[in-house]
Amino acid sequence: MTDARDIVTSVGELASEGTHDPGMPPAGIRRIPSGVDGLSTEHLIINMGPQHPSTHGVLRVIVEVDGEEVVAAESTLGYLHRGIEKLAETRRFDQLGTLMDRGDYVSGIHGEQAAALAVEKLMEIEVPSKARWIRSLMAELTRIASHLVWYGTFGLDTGAMGQFLYAMRDREAILDILEAVSGQRMMFNYVRPGGVVADLPVGIEAKIIAFCDGFDGYLEEHHALLGGNEIFQHRVKGVGVIDREMALAFGLSGANLRAAGVGFDVRRERPYDAYSELEFDVPIGTRGDAWDRYMVRMEEMRQSVRMVRQAIAGMPEGEHTAKVPKVIRVPAGEVYASVESSRGETAVHMVTDGGTSPVRYHYRGPSLFAVQLLEEILPGHLLADVVMMIGSLDIMLGEADR
Amino acid sequence: MAIDRLTGEHSIAFIRSEQLFDLARSHSLWYMAFGIACCAIEGLMSASGPRFDFDRMGVFFRASPRQADVMIVAGTVNLKMAETVRMLYDQMPEPKWVVAMGACANTGGPFREYPNVVLGVDKIVPVDVYIPGCPPRPESVQYAFIELQKKIRNRTGERLAARRDRT
Repeated sequence: MTDARDIVTSVGELASEGTHDPGMPPAGIRRIPSGVDGLSTEHLIINMGPQHPSTHGVLRVIVEVDGEEVVAAESTLGYLHRGIEKLAETRRFDQLGTLMDRGDYVSGIHGEQAAALAVEKLMEIEVPSKARWIRSLMAELTRIASHLVWYGTFGLDTGAMGQFLYAMRDREAILDILEAVSGQRMMFNYVRPGGVVADLPVGIEAKIIAFCDGFDGYLEEHHALLGGNEIFQHRVKGVGVIDREMALAFGLSGANLRAAGVGFDVRRERPYDAYSELEFDVPIGTRGDAWDRYMVRMEEMRQSVRMVRQAIAGMPEGEHTAKVPKVIRVPAGEVYASVESSRGETAVHMVTDGGTSPVRYHYRGPSLFAVQLLEEILPGHLLADVVMMIGSLDIMLGEADR
Repeated sequence: MAIDRLTGEHSIAFIRSEQLFDLARSHSLWYMAFGIACCAIEGLMSASGPRFDFDRMGVFFRASPRQADVMIVAGTVNLKMAETVRMLYDQMPEPKWVVAMGACANTGGPFREYPNVVLGVDKIVPVDVYIPGCPPRPESVQYAFIELQKKIRNRTGERLAARRDRT
């Protein structure tokens, strides 16, 4: 099949010169001859989003289809652009977490961690070991909560409903713990430069262990409910393949990259907080299809539970924050700090001039790279699989648009 | 209203037909599945999850604006999005209501200094209920729907009272 984008250009040129057939269909539908029997078929442009129940936020995908088959796709961003990077230049360093929370809003702790690590690197603060362990504990709990949202909605994208309710049940249990620790269900602002805001509340360990004990069984149930479903397997196996080269060329990270067979995990490659002391495996896929991405994320949840147990068992004694002045002044410099968030390498690249706010603040959202990949992987698939593939990449438009 | 002798409850309502329709409407408010940002996770997903169970109030999501009664504006609306929000509102059939959820939809919230952000969704569409919070808890969203139900049930009475005042 010829490249659909060439057809689009040639028709566009014809239209601009005014030499096209007066019987041309209106814009959006292009009539091109195809097929051995000389029948002419129409390419149809379908607009998905920004209001679409399955685009996970306000992603807009313009899909050109030939019958049921996608021949070209274009993703449009910017419907949630709210200037996080620019606003950060007017915020104090301890307020950066507030913005990062609202970037990747399903796993807020990871964004806060990245901002705090950047400030700590420049100020050369020694974070107490208890604070580092609390951060890792919270980060792993958040990762499970975030993956549960992905698990629930990914099932919705493939046409299943029940698993969403089970996923939300377990997510509420985690949110209860996170709320007890930080005081908020979603926008925690708990990790600050130098440590965390408050120590763990009394008796939370038992609650977390009780959750882990229950969740071990529930995770098997989740996997059996969705992954054990033959219809689901037929939908996702071999669909949306992202090979190793493509994943690396597009700068993918996180579970999407690991499903393509690249064993890159920031927690392992550039250990931060307590990850150098925690034991965990990095699951890797082989084919890079939607099924591998599913399996990698399910295994990541299991590893996260394992790390949560270790963090509770090995939680050191001591202070929950280092001595940090009320008004933080960061020495002039440039720093890059990255964490492994639920979606990949979330990072902060910050330039400071010695004042109380950053001069330039860049927020690397891993979803931005996954969104760009859609234009490559969607063509050749069926229209019904578009939603499923968007779901399998676990994108978050808050951090893609920033 | 008349009292049922067996159950002791109000079983017969002597009301105008428009009031009857509003009574029915207030118990089947279908909202449009239109999550813009963070608030969508709390207001649309958690609220309809098993713990908060929006369905018991007759609140359920519809994918299309043409089947929806309520639009929950859950998130920051920027200038690019504003056009879409208005278009979706226009596509909804009458009668329709708008719930502005969270600080961003109310006033622009933490992003209001940014020139691209709309300072409250009431600049674009008429809003019936505002929910404060960043993000509001699912309970707040359900309370907002209870208030919206009251508003819907009272609107005929208010209209009749206004008519009486005129004459």
